[in-house]
Amino acid sequence: MAWVNAIIQGVLIGGLYALFACGLSLMFGVMKVVNLAHGDLAVLAGYFAIGIVAVTHVPVLWSFVIVVPLMAVLGYIMQRTILQGALDRSVLTTLMVTFGLSVVIENGLLQFETANTRGIGVGLPLLTESFSVGSIQIAYLLVVFFATAVIVLLGLQYFLSRSKYGRLIRAVADDKEAAQLAGADYRHVFGIAAAIAFGTVGGTLLGGVVLGVAQQIGAQISLSDEVLAGFIVFLAVLVLRPQGLISRGAQS
Amino acid sequence: MTASADGERAESGTPLLEVRDLVVHHGQLRALGAVSLRVFPGEVYAIIGANGAGKSTLLRTIAGLHHPTSGSVLFDGTDVTGLRPERRAARGIVMVPEGRRLFGSLSVEENLKVGATYARQGPWTIEQVYEMFGWMRERRKQLTAQLSGGEQQTVALGRALVANPRVLLLDELSLGLAPVVVQRIYGMLPQILATGLTVLLVEQDVSQALRVASHIQCLLEGKTTLEGKPADVSADQVEAAYFGLAGAAPAGPPGEGSEP
Repeated sequence: MAWVNAIIQGVLIGGLYALFACGLSLMFGVMKVVNLAHGDLAVLAGYFAIGIVAVTHVPVLWSFVIVVPLMAVLGYIMQRTILQGALDRSVLTTLMVTFGLSVVIENGLLQFETANTRGIGVGLPLLTESFSVGSIQIAYLLVVFFATAVIVLLGLQYFLSRSKYGRLIRAVADDKEAAQLAGADYRHVFGIAAAIAFGTVGGTLLGGVVLGVAQQIGAQISLSDEVLAGFIVFLAVLVLRPQGLISRGAQS
Repeated sequence: MTASADGERAESGTPLLEVRDLVVHHGQLRALGAVSLRVFPGEVYAIIGANGAGKSTLLRTIAGLHHPTSGSVLFDGTDVTGLRPERRAARGIVMVPEGRRLFGSLSVEENLKVGATYARQGPWTIEQVYEMFGWMRERRKQLTAQLSGGEQQTVALGRALVANPRVLLLDELSLGLAPVVVQRIYGMLPQILATGLTVLLVEQDVSQALRVASHIQCLLEGKTTLEGKPADVSADQVEAAYFGLAGAAPAGPPGEGSEP
């Protein structure tokens, strides 16, 4: 039963990983930018939420209404300024720039917010509790993470496959010069992709889930193996499926 | 060097597209040395020349994909040299790039939709393209990678048409296609011209270019070696201009571009 538990917990925590990963994969898929500051930006968004709650006293869940558009605008501006500037030089320059950005955000937060762990009470006691299925305990919070991930990923999938801007994002990812000839300003499209920065390619959710499960199973064997198991999965994927868990459609 | 030819066409009014003394470098290499041309409304203007003559560079510079070292591109009397490619497309300079360059992960219809996203007002719609190329409607859901080369070229043409260009730039339509397929695609030109377009094309296949063009210009090593109506130039002249045979080109010294 402990194994079943490990797998279920792994799937649920995988949803959270997938949420983080889809932003990374969108930026990499469209702009070929490996955003080393991605994790830092997610933490920064968390601090924005804390700040907004502290100043305005709105209920915590409401802070998302402000933080999500705020991060989107920040993403667009960042792309149109420093990231596009770096891209115009070379793709490698973007590594330096996002690494620098990561250092700036981390140290800025250390300086002004200290290194102490911070949390925000959501005000819903349910989220700190768990329910049991048979002998398995499942935290409501993990279920919320997972459900959010599924909704966001499906919504994004729909946006990319059906909407005008989704189509432009895919066109620019395929061939930005041909997109220019069709009248599209790829810098604007890049900006939109960065604004979303919650991207998906079908495999992202699966990837997150696989990683989550692997870590939970690793922890099941021995607590210290949790991180090791994650790396073993990375290596296995790189060796066996370097083109991705779900390979993209035919390339021209 | 082009005085007589231009004089003959002057009654057509002002040129829709004009290139003045265009010089383009790729790094240290001078790809174009002071090339000029004037394309009048309704023309099919063909640039011919061997590999590396600078034909594609010329077309790509007109589309805005290369920055010239000097010289200018005028469209409808306005200098567009400083405009980005997407701004030129919005004004009606639309190019079908060499090698098709379709969006490989998009379906046929999605490719057309991207072409239509920033379209000008005009006669061409996706429906109109389907009318002209019936097979495309049936296969609109397919990825373009599953199409044959000729079909891909047709989709690329359709993607450019739905933007409702005023001048359509065609870069090496025939590249990698069977002669019969090339014939069929060029066979569509009259129908396309009938909707009021002007065409500037680059073609390595000289006989094909001579067949469809109302005006030709031959480039050799980045310079103009011959210019005129297909009817007015002899096969020998074309051959000499194309290969750069000594003492041949009557179009004047292939030196620095002279003012028209």
